[in-house]
Parts: sequence; C-alpha cells; structure tokens
Amino acid sequence: MATQILTRTARVDALAVSIRAHFAAPDFELVDAFGELTLIVPAERLLEVAQTLRDHDDFRFEQLIDLCGVDYAAYGNSEWETEEASSTGFGRGVDRDGSIAADDPQRFAVVVHLLSLAHNRRLRVRTHVGVDAPIVDSLIPLWSAANWFEREAFDLYGILFRGHPDLRRILTDYGFIGHPFRKDFPVSGQVEMRYDPELKRVVYEPVSIEPRVLVPRVIREDSRYVGSGEETRHA
Amino acid sequence: MPEIRNYTLNFGPQHPSAHGVLRLVLEMDGEVIERADPHIGLLHRGTEKLAEYKPYNQSIGYMDRLDYVSMMCNEHGYVRAIEKLLGIEVPERAQYIRTLFDEITRILNHLMWLGAHALDIGAMSMFLYCFREREDLMDCYEAVSGARLHATYYRPGGVHRDLPEQMPRYDASKSKWHSAREIAQRNRARDGSLLDFIQDFTERFPNYVDEYETLLTDNRIWKQRTVGIGVVSPERALQLGFTGPMLRGSGIEWDLRKKQPYAAYHQVDFDIPVGINGDCYDRYLVRIEEMRQSNRIIQQCVAWLRANPGPVAIDDHKVVPPKRAEVKDNMEALIHHFKLFTEGYCPPPGEVYAAVEAPKGEFGCYIVSDGANKPYRLKVRAPGFPHLAALDEMSRGHMLADVVAIIGTLDIVFGEIDR
Repeated sequence: MATQILTRTARVDALAVSIRAHFAAPDFELVDAFGELTLIVPAERLLEVAQTLRDHDDFRFEQLIDLCGVDYAAYGNSEWETEEASSTGFGRGVDRDGSIAADDPQRFAVVVHLLSLAHNRRLRVRTHVGVDAPIVDSLIPLWSAANWFEREAFDLYGILFRGHPDLRRILTDYGFIGHPFRKDFPVSGQVEMRYDPELKRVVYEPVSIEPRVLVPRVIREDSRYVGSGEETRHA
Repeated sequence: MPEIRNYTLNFGPQHPSAHGVLRLVLEMDGEVIERADPHIGLLHRGTEKLAEYKPYNQSIGYMDRLDYVSMMCNEHGYVRAIEKLLGIEVPERAQYIRTLFDEITRILNHLMWLGAHALDIGAMSMFLYCFREREDLMDCYEAVSGARLHATYYRPGGVHRDLPEQMPRYDASKSKWHSAREIAQRNRARDGSLLDFIQDFTERFPNYVDEYETLLTDNRIWKQRTVGIGVVSPERALQLGFTGPMLRGSGIEWDLRKKQPYAAYHQVDFDIPVGINGDCYDRYLVRIEEMRQSNRIIQQCVAWLRANPGPVAIDDHKVVPPKRAEVKDNMEALIHHFKLFTEGYCPPPGEVYAAVEAPKGEFGCYIVSDGANKPYRLKVRAPGFPHLAALDEMSRGHMLADVVAIIGTLDIVFGEIDR
C-alpha cells in the first residue's frame, strides 16, 4: 500500500498550497516539518482564521481534536554542557537554576489540532498569547469540544479565553493556587497536605521534599538530524 | 402551595456506577436531569509534567497507566510520536506484533466495557462472562511482557522482545486449590507457543460473543434501558470532538485504522461497523461488532507472524539497546548500553502529533522537543476527555437512572481523563 503513504504527503502538500493562498506572510507563518503542517497565527486573528478553517471548502476542519497550552520559558535550557570543554573537561554538574525566560512575550502558546474528515487531513494551529495576561478568543462558538480543553489550558497554564462561559479549574484540587504546568512551577509542587490529629482537620504546609535530578537534561547537536526537524519556535 | 425547587444531587466520587472517581453534580427537577456538571481531576497525577522530567523511554510505563484498560494502545500512540520525531521505520514483524496486541487490547477494553456497562444496568452475569475471557488475554500480555496489565512492551523502534516460543503452563504440583484434572483443563491450549494459544482463543471467541448477544441484544430490559437513550446526532458528534465508537455509533464512518493506517492495518482485512441512531444501543452494537472484527484481524496477524520470522526492533543502538550477550564482549555495545540508559537519545527539535485508534477513540500524543533527551512538552489527547465533557448535553432531560446508562456508554476511564 505504498500508494496510500505517497498520497498522504500529496495531501499535506495540497493543504500547504491552499493555506498559503488564504493566509499569507507576514501575518501568518506555515511550518512544514515531520510531514505535519503548523500554522502560526497572531492571537487577535485566531477566531477569524479558525472560522475560515472550519467553513471554507478548501479546509473543512470539522473537528477540533485537541487544544492545549505550552510554556516556552525554558525552551532550549540544558543542565549539562556538551559543546565546549572547560579546563577540567565537560561540565558534569547539574544546573538546577536554569534561567527561565519569564518575561518573553512569546512565552505562552495555545496549540490547536484540527482534523478534517472530508479531506482526511490534519493541521496544527499555534498562537502565542502574550505573557502578563495571556488571553485569546475562545473557540467554543466554532467547536463545542473546546470547552473542557480551554478549561484545562486555563487550569494548567493560566491562559484566559475570552468569551468562555465557564472558565473554572478542571484538573487541580478545589482551592488550588498557581498553574502547575508552567515551567517555573516545581514538579514537586508548593504545598503538601496531611491530616493533623490535634487540629482534627487537613492542613497544608510547604513541601518538605526537594526535586532531584536522576538523569540530567542534555541537548546534543546530532549531525544525523541536521535539516530533518526545524527550529519551529522562532523559525 | 409548597415551593418547588430543583434538587442538587451529588453522584460519586465513590459511586459504583461512576467508573472510578467521577464526582457528578446533578441538578434535578424531580427525577429529570436539568444539568450535569462532572467534576474531574480526582485522579490527576500530572503525567505530562512528570514526562518533562524523564528521558523519553522512561515515560512509556506511564502511558499504560493512563487508560489502564487499553494499555498497549496508549504505548503505541506514544512510541509512534517518538518514532516520527526520530524518523524511524519499524520492522514489519514488529508492526504485525503491534497490530496483534492492539487488537487484543481492543477486545480486552471492550470486554471490560461490556461487563461494567451491563452490570451498571443490572445484568450481573455479563460481568462474570467478560472477565472469564479477559483472563486469557491478560495471560497473553503476561507471556510477552511479564506483566498482566502494565506491559511497557512497545518501545521506540519496535517491541521489547519477540513472541515467546512456549506459553507458560500451570503447575499441578504447586496448586493447593485445584485438582490435577482442573489443571489439565487449564493447560489445554498451552502446549504450544503464544501464537498457538492466541489462535485457540480466536477460534473460541466468536462463540463467546454469540453468548453475550443472546443475553443482551434482544433482551427486553436491555433494550428498554439503552434504545433512544443518550442520542447524539452526527453533527453534534463532530462538534463535541467524539472519536472511535462514539462517533461511529452516530453513523459517521471514521476509523484511523482505515483512514490513516499505521502499523500493519493497511495489510489486514476488516470492516468498520457504523450505527444509525446514535443511541446507547447502537454504540453497544458497534462495540460488539468491533470485537468480532478484532478477532478477524488477530487471526490474520497470527497467520502472518507464523510465516514471517524476523527482527522485532531496529538495529540502531542509539535508540534500541543492544542484546545482553553483545554487551558482555563488545566494547561498543557496552558504551551504547551505558549511554542509552544513563542519558537516552536526543531527537531533533520540532513538534509532532501521532494518533492511534485506541479502543475508546483517538488517542494522540503531541510532543514538543527542543533537542533534549527529555520531551519539552507532552500533551496526551485522551479520547475519554471530550466524551465526558459531552455528558451534560447527552443527559439533559433524561431520568437519573439513564445517567448511569450514559456514563456506561461513554466508556470512560479516569486514568486517561485526569492524566
């Protein structure tokens, strides 16, 4: 069935052509990597673009498969020096205080995965939503499925969705403070909970454990992959 | 005149029909549902966050624990995303083994669903029958991976090891509780290899499905509880992000195994059942037929695997560890082994999304890589998440008892919804 695999790339190419026709640079950017297409859209035009993607006959993305937040603040940080040797050799130390680009206006992104059943194609739409009050239009008017996905992105990343009817936390506990999937939120959390037999109730205290690194985060420039992927963030 | 107020009912999180830890706040007008508000997250473990702190391979085991009744399908979605990132082509035998175990997993999942769903609506015996068959299939899991549930069997580049030549047998001398005759009965299909055992199962299984159908399909009570309950139109099913049997039950013919084939699905013959009315009963019929189709696929895979020995993982030791014996006397293999387990591999920077048709619907993994040995961001697209989100819309105007039927038909598992 090699033909089917060939036609799949042909489908991606056809989609790329129609996207370029509708959404031209410099406002929009189209990344074609790993056989997938990513359309990068300015936040204020997301709703309008999504409307076209859903309704125009060239696209007809009837389904919103997934919507999620991404925090790019620690993108490209590694805990291990692999490029330059110091006088004592390569740095083996684990660097816990990797600098986090907390003020980067490109820090938060909303990534939407769309599926067209009519054309059997997929598309990823990414929009960067600012850093101080990350906000973007809700996609619920176009796809009802966005409701809970947006609540999840709000809960985990603190991204706000304009026009969402019920933007409550969804996965974390009642009364939870903070947005746990942000890169500056420690993996072991901020508070721990226990039952206090004297107070006869559950109490919250600062965590007593410290996250440990078993395998350091390493970035290696691998010559085998030159050109296969793309630096998709600031491409 | 007494004042008439809506009644708020707290359903779960410890209700046996809540399928785990679902807390449902129901606003009722008498016995009619006005609004259903599911509170989820009681099983949230932060799988996606944890994966950001581990090399790629160490998170495979977490995937089993997402949807813990369709373990290997979750692994499949995850390793397929990694393989896409690395640009790996998996050997054909491994593709067939994955197809075989994906379908075994589908039957496992649907049996669990059928048993639990029927139990919720009052058919106790179904639960016992379904668990009888699940036992055999979990033995297959155990034979290849050593674990009955959380297998960690699929690896980037193939599967962990080839299918065993000998199916494990029960030992009569070690059993205090079973007679020699009973043990012999249990060992009946276990004389040969795993494939012999699976083949024996596929010969028995269609009769078992017939048995389930004689109990349910024309059963008056079953039909009263499911026909016309939780109707979803095809348009709404698309809007609500339904996938898998939930979408097909509403009459939309969409199955990733056919439409965007992966593994060896383009080489096996099977049909896609589709419902008409989009109610609980149609979704029941779709899933029953899917079990029969899975059985067909398994038979084809068994036949192919018997005829075609070969490697079950790629030969690239940057991704797949070298054989133990090689590590003993080959320096390079030792270094590869060491680097792989202390550091892992660094895929190129970029982002990929790979999806498989899991028993519950589209299970997808979205991985953002910045070139490190750990994923920068992993998002698991769980099929149950949008399904449960639609519970409010599906249950409005129905009776309280119908909510139980609707929860059952959604086939929800909190491991994947809460992640």
